[in-house]
Amino acid sequence: MLTYIIRRIFIMIPTLIAISVISFIIIELPPGDFLTAYTAELSMSGEAIDQVELESLKKRFGLDEPLYMRYLLWAWNFLHGDFGHSFEWNKPVRDLIGERLAMSVTISTCTLLFTWLVSVPIGIYSAVRQYSWVDHFLTFIGFIGLATPNFLFALVLLWVSYAYLGMNVGGLFSPEYSEAPWDLAKVLDLLKHLWIPVVIVGTAHTAKFIRIIRGNLLDELKKPYVTTARAKGLPETRLILKYPVRVAINPLVSTIGWTLPELISGIAITAVVLNLPTTGPLLLRALMSQDMQLAGTFIMFLSALTVLGTLISDILLAWVDPRIRYEAREVK
Amino acid sequence: MATILAVENLRVHFFLDQGLVRAVDGVSFTLEEGKTLGIVGESGSGKSVIGQSILRIVPPPGQIVEGNILFQHQENGATTQIDLAQLDPWGKKARSIRGREIAMIFQEPMNSFSPVHTVGNQIIEALRLHQDVSAAEARNRGIEMLGRVGIPQPELRIDAYPYELSGGMRQRAMIAMALVCNPRILIADEPTTALDVTIQAQILELLRSLQEEFRMAILFISHNLGVIAEISHEVMVVYFGRVMERATVSEIFKAPLHPYTKALLESVPGIDTPVRTHLATIEGTLPDPHMYIRGCPFFGRCGECEGNTVCRDEPYELTWVAEDHYVACPRICVPM
Ligand SMILES: Nc1ncnc2c1ncn2[C@@H]1O[C@H](COP(=O)(O)OP(=O)(O)O)[C@@H](O)[C@H]1O
Ligand SMILES: [Mg+2]
Repeated sequence: MLTYIIRRIFIMIPTLIAISVISFIIIELPPGDFLTAYTAELSMSGEAIDQVELESLKKRFGLDEPLYMRYLLWAWNFLHGDFGHSFEWNKPVRDLIGERLAMSVTISTCTLLFTWLVSVPIGIYSAVRQYSWVDHFLTFIGFIGLATPNFLFALVLLWVSYAYLGMNVGGLFSPEYSEAPWDLAKVLDLLKHLWIPVVIVGTAHTAKFIRIIRGNLLDELKKPYVTTARAKGLPETRLILKYPVRVAINPLVSTIGWTLPELISGIAITAVVLNLPTTGPLLLRALMSQDMQLAGTFIMFLSALTVLGTLISDILLAWVDPRIRYEAREVK
Repeated sequence: MATILAVENLRVHFFLDQGLVRAVDGVSFTLEEGKTLGIVGESGSGKSVIGQSILRIVPPPGQIVEGNILFQHQENGATTQIDLAQLDPWGKKARSIRGREIAMIFQEPMNSFSPVHTVGNQIIEALRLHQDVSAAEARNRGIEMLGRVGIPQPELRIDAYPYELSGGMRQRAMIAMALVCNPRILIADEPTTALDVTIQAQILELLRSLQEEFRMAILFISHNLGVIAEISHEVMVVYFGRVMERATVSEIFKAPLHPYTKALLESVPGIDTPVRTHLATIEGTLPDPHMYIRGCPFFGRCGECEGNTVCRDEPYELTWVAEDHYVACPRICVPM
């Protein structure tokens, strides 16, 4: 198992390098270097151009060096926590993304938990009571959840809570907490706001997961090992939870890898509507204003998260499914 | 010799969207203590459903619609007769009999164990479900049982996953799991069908010796009369959910009466016939399972009745012809 994990981590390295190259290319994509754009913008707005600052920036990003040197410099700085400079905000990228990235990951993780907590029991129930009216009803609700665009759902929720409950549920914090230092009260305030994006982004996924669990479980329920367990005299509920559910859920574990980035991009639009301090709106804005160092850093981080998610789900899968462990041993 | 199980006029119907399937249609037989009854017939003739009915695990939309399954139930030293057909299949009583007094093994040695649990986990579960033993004690009993069914190094194999065992070993483990509670009836549904010939012979030999050791009755289901001959004392030939002929094993082989039995005998694979090429020799196929056939279901495929309308029209009935010999062939049974 340990060798399997180590091998998987080594496989990650070339992937991460490839991602970094792509991120760097994206940074370099706009014609001219960003300093040119920056000076142009400054002179247009009539501000004075500080030649010393310009020179130091030039040096810092190696703008006079050849492309590959620039890449190496960028990567080197990146590894040391220097993600470059946002010219739009005139701030180091690092200061801009830290908390937002944390918020995105928090929302995604909570959404994933929500998705599992809701979809697993419902999926099991729908499969075991296939074609019962409850199954039909849940399927119907599920399809509505699947078909409703997140932003629409967000708008409706905003409106309903504002018009009928008198609550303003946008953002992740109440105004009095948004700049406050972290303490228990702020965490509680966060939790009060967090459920809205979680529910909005989670419903579509929940609906999808219910379908997957239901389908997998229906297949597993027909397998001979279920009959064997039944022939032992096991009570039905215990039997279903111990055997077919266990097998049916395994493949879902491997979806964590690709649900994470999907959730993050799903949050982007919801975040714009709900005015959430997450990565999505900032990335969108950075891309529109060609603030490439900021955008590239985001892309790098989000892709790295995906790779990390895949690693986590592979390890989880090997942990829950002995057949995978076995194959992993064989390959070695 | 005592009867441990008496099945009387059992009918099991599947209520499908496409229509009614009479999977088992009026089957009667008895099972004697310590003996083996072989059930033989082509695939789809209702053998498995008979086994499932006894355990009360017929999958929906299947239902026992008629008949009795009288079982000599032992509890706390007292023997009472109960009708399994009347039990709530998910109730406590039925579950306490399943796995404890009546156990079952299946054809698929690969898929009959959960792939994500160890063999030991599944065997120990069976034991602890019915007996009040500690985890350590149950594990020891599991290891002992694996040893008894001829699995080498049982103390290691108990922690193996099913895919780490060969097909033959898996079927041995399955037998160990079935016998761990010392059942009085073992239903073996094609336990050797998926195995190659040498392993098949070993498993049959194992079942025979275990039967002597544990003194259990076996209901042995197979489509292969050759396998049935190896292990059974009595044979019941089923076709289209009905019993065509029932006799001792020597009668069936020496003096078969029903044309279907004879056809099965002719199709018994020889020593060197590859597995799974069985029964290709009976011409024609089983009737559509949705059909209701009043007379002999073998009519039309039978080479002996030559279009004799008695065979088609005379209602099905299993008739006594000699001691321990019953047959359902109108041409033989109906005076003409
Ligand atoms: N789960 C089921 N659903 C619908 N029909 C079934 C089911 N199980 C068995 N049957 C029907 O019952 C009949 C007998 O099946 P089975 O007992 O499995 O045959 P055998 O074991 O002799 O091959 C078949 O015609 C089959 O179509
Ligand atoms: Mg069968």
